[in-house]
Amino acid sequence: MSAATQVFEGGFTDTVLNSQEIFRALMDAMANPGRVVSVGDLAIAPSPLTSVTASIAATLFDHDASVWCDKPILASDDAIGWLKFHTGLVVTGNPSEADFALISDVEAMPSFDSFAKGTSEYPDRSTTLILQIADFDGPQKLTLKGPGIKDIEVFAPSQLPKMFMEQWAANRGAFPRGVDLIFAGQGALAALPRTTRISKKEA
Amino acid sequence: MTELATYNFAYLDEQTKRMIRRAILKAIAIPGYQVPFASREMPMPYGWGTGGVQVTAAIIGPKDTLKVIDQGADDTTNAVSIRAFFQKVANVPVTTRTTEATIIQTRHRIPETALAAGQTLVYQVPIPEPLRFLEPRETETRKMHALEEYGLMHVKLYEDIARHGHIATTYAYPVKVEGRYVMDPSPTPKFDNPKMHNSPALQLFGAGREKRIYAIPPYTEVVSLDFEDHPFEIQTFSQPCALCGAKGSYLDEVILDDKGGSMFVCSDTDFCEERQAAGHRGELSAPQAEAAE
Amino acid sequence: MYVAVKGGEAAIRNAHKLLADRRRGDRSVPAIGLDQIVEQLALAVDRVMAEGSLYDTELAALAVKQARGDMIEAIFLVRAYRTTLPRFGYTKPVETSQMAIERRISATFKDLPGGQLLGPTFDYTHRLLDPELAEDAPVDVPDQRVEAPEHMPRVMDILDQDGMIEADGIMPEGVQTGDLTREPLTFPLERDLRLQALARGDEGFLLGLAYSTQRGYARSHPFAGEIRIGEVEVELEVAELDFPLTLGRIRLTECQMVNQFKGSSKQSPQFTRGYGLVFGQSERKSMSMALCDRALRARELGEDITAAAQDEEFVISHSDNVQSTGFVEHLKLPHYVDFQAELDLVRRMRAEHESQNNQISEAAE
Repeated sequence: MSAATQVFEGGFTDTVLNSQEIFRALMDAMANPGRVVSVGDLAIAPSPLTSVTASIAATLFDHDASVWCDKPILASDDAIGWLKFHTGLVVTGNPSEADFALISDVEAMPSFDSFAKGTSEYPDRSTTLILQIADFDGPQKLTLKGPGIKDIEVFAPSQLPKMFMEQWAANRGAFPRGVDLIFAGQGALAALPRTTRISKKEA
Repeated sequence: MTELATYNFAYLDEQTKRMIRRAILKAIAIPGYQVPFASREMPMPYGWGTGGVQVTAAIIGPKDTLKVIDQGADDTTNAVSIRAFFQKVANVPVTTRTTEATIIQTRHRIPETALAAGQTLVYQVPIPEPLRFLEPRETETRKMHALEEYGLMHVKLYEDIARHGHIATTYAYPVKVEGRYVMDPSPTPKFDNPKMHNSPALQLFGAGREKRIYAIPPYTEVVSLDFEDHPFEIQTFSQPCALCGAKGSYLDEVILDDKGGSMFVCSDTDFCEERQAAGHRGELSAPQAEAAE
Repeated sequence: MYVAVKGGEAAIRNAHKLLADRRRGDRSVPAIGLDQIVEQLALAVDRVMAEGSLYDTELAALAVKQARGDMIEAIFLVRAYRTTLPRFGYTKPVETSQMAIERRISATFKDLPGGQLLGPTFDYTHRLLDPELAEDAPVDVPDQRVEAPEHMPRVMDILDQDGMIEADGIMPEGVQTGDLTREPLTFPLERDLRLQALARGDEGFLLGLAYSTQRGYARSHPFAGEIRIGEVEVELEVAELDFPLTLGRIRLTECQMVNQFKGSSKQSPQFTRGYGLVFGQSERKSMSMALCDRALRARELGEDITAAAQDEEFVISHSDNVQSTGFVEHLKLPHYVDFQAELDLVRRMRAEHESQNNQISEAAE
């Protein structure tokens, strides 16, 4: 496949129903923090974007959404070209102004503090971080509590940002301000809204 | 002449759905906080459920089964009209059974049958701001929410007690969500407030004219405001439903004649019919009435 | 035995059938054509286009017909259609100084370049019902000007030359004009969004508010600097072309009010502006809009906010007739569940009141 066709192909085959399906998975994930929700490979985008990341982008982004992308994504003309062609997103270099952040290298990502947390009057004016990871079978098991969780949920993303526990505690402490996380795995996604309380599960 | 208008699946264009969907995700992440959204004109009037309709239209898909109620009933005119709208523009299966529905759009009631995980309850909201009648200005109420300054609301409720001996708010009774935001549950009778607490279902609220979306995720703490010496209490009815004999359901008073005769029946028509189908009888239901003749 | 009322669906269907019947009326009377509405009820069509925020005479005429002449219902129909239309872009600002003028008057100067041009106006007609209009009496062809029209500079531009009036507002660098149909309004508003809201606001509501400013509730000493009606070109900039694409022409009414302003220690006295711009021909609406715009600039101009017309949240939140009519009329919907809750409370409180009174009278005996 040539670079040009890579950019123009791989969008949703049914824009309306595919995006509805992905959105419902996202809504389910956000309403049930840590729940791993399976999704089909509905969109295919050039590397480093995975199918799930591409599907989330095609569902949530348009020219009203400003998106901060990390270096590996920015470095790929094909990936950026795909995002622009299929979503019309506005790429921003300033994470504190972004509605969304697209992160392919989770361990190297900037701190949560770099992104918009909203204001106390408009806590919704915050960045939603989309973290692309390998799977939900990571070594570090996290115990989740909070709205959307009946008792406890165990969550084990394969990658986490540096100093995640400290960063998350600070994010939780800033409530109602804060960032929300969406994890894009292989064939599945999950979310951590700012309300979730996280502790490390004892082995 | 202009070409006949064609509409997208579920009426709304995709860009509008994306905008609403982004607002819904934010609303779920900040329970009880009213997310502003660019509400659209809908083909039904503002105040007639445009917020709920926009939320439902943004989330609904072919795998859903939709139930629409108004005053707890599936057969009230506005419920019929909204259900017919979604049948037409989204061609989704519809039901009157609470247990069969994946999405329930409601005005003024929460079903009596306990909701289950995986169900979404979409409320139509006229005035989303619980502080609006204490302070008409959005610029002020927004500050009050930001500063968690809810004293005025308690003062109002307490004034009721001083004047009437009761909290005189019977519907749209304010709640506090997850210990942070004071929220308007929409004009449901306060009878329904306890059902919001720790519900396994996702609750979404859409206010079209006022351009706000808010949410309560499943298993979230929802507490009705009250005082130690005047705890929150719900309305109780002195008699059971005249049709299905249910005790502890919310009843509507139906006027039978112009001499003061009336009867009380379940406001939730599905709940009442299911009970009757299961053999429950009230004092005015068919067999007893025949026996009396 | 009690049988619950059912059959909402059938009732609705029948009601709508009856509505269609009443809309058509007596079948022996010819049905009204959209061309007749466009041509002969043109100002009704203009109002529907203005408050419906969609410039399409034929659709507006259809809405007027479908709504049986109910203007707000017609406006609602147009809005609900407009909101589903795809958005291709934003046009360049229309250039009203280049307007093909049909009417142009200034109350602030006796004569001015381009002159006063009365155009098709009700002004100075004697409001006497004309029985001839009941029949299709022939109408004379109006006299046409033969010479090419003179250039008509805007009165505001003339006043602007010697600094007598404040400069036209300029948006700060890099600011994009807002779009109230795409973003939820957050107060306080900038003037761009306020003017958008006023342009689609209810004519009657704005007229009443404008009138209130004249009666002393936020008096602004207004003069009708200029009112002009005519057609302007609508142009769109397309990325691939190095010239703007002309999409067509629309008729507009523009009103520039000149208002007094005392000035301050920092600023020498100057007149201030109030601005109105409306689709079609509607002087009443554009003048009302201009007066309301001026009143709503109180915050910007450092004036005390004392009157309803100066209160931005109050004015803008209640100026949209589609919103207002929806919420007022929603009281027709069933509210019996909430009413039941209120009934119960009042009964309970009455019972308590009675028993207290009984105790008091027993104690007194």
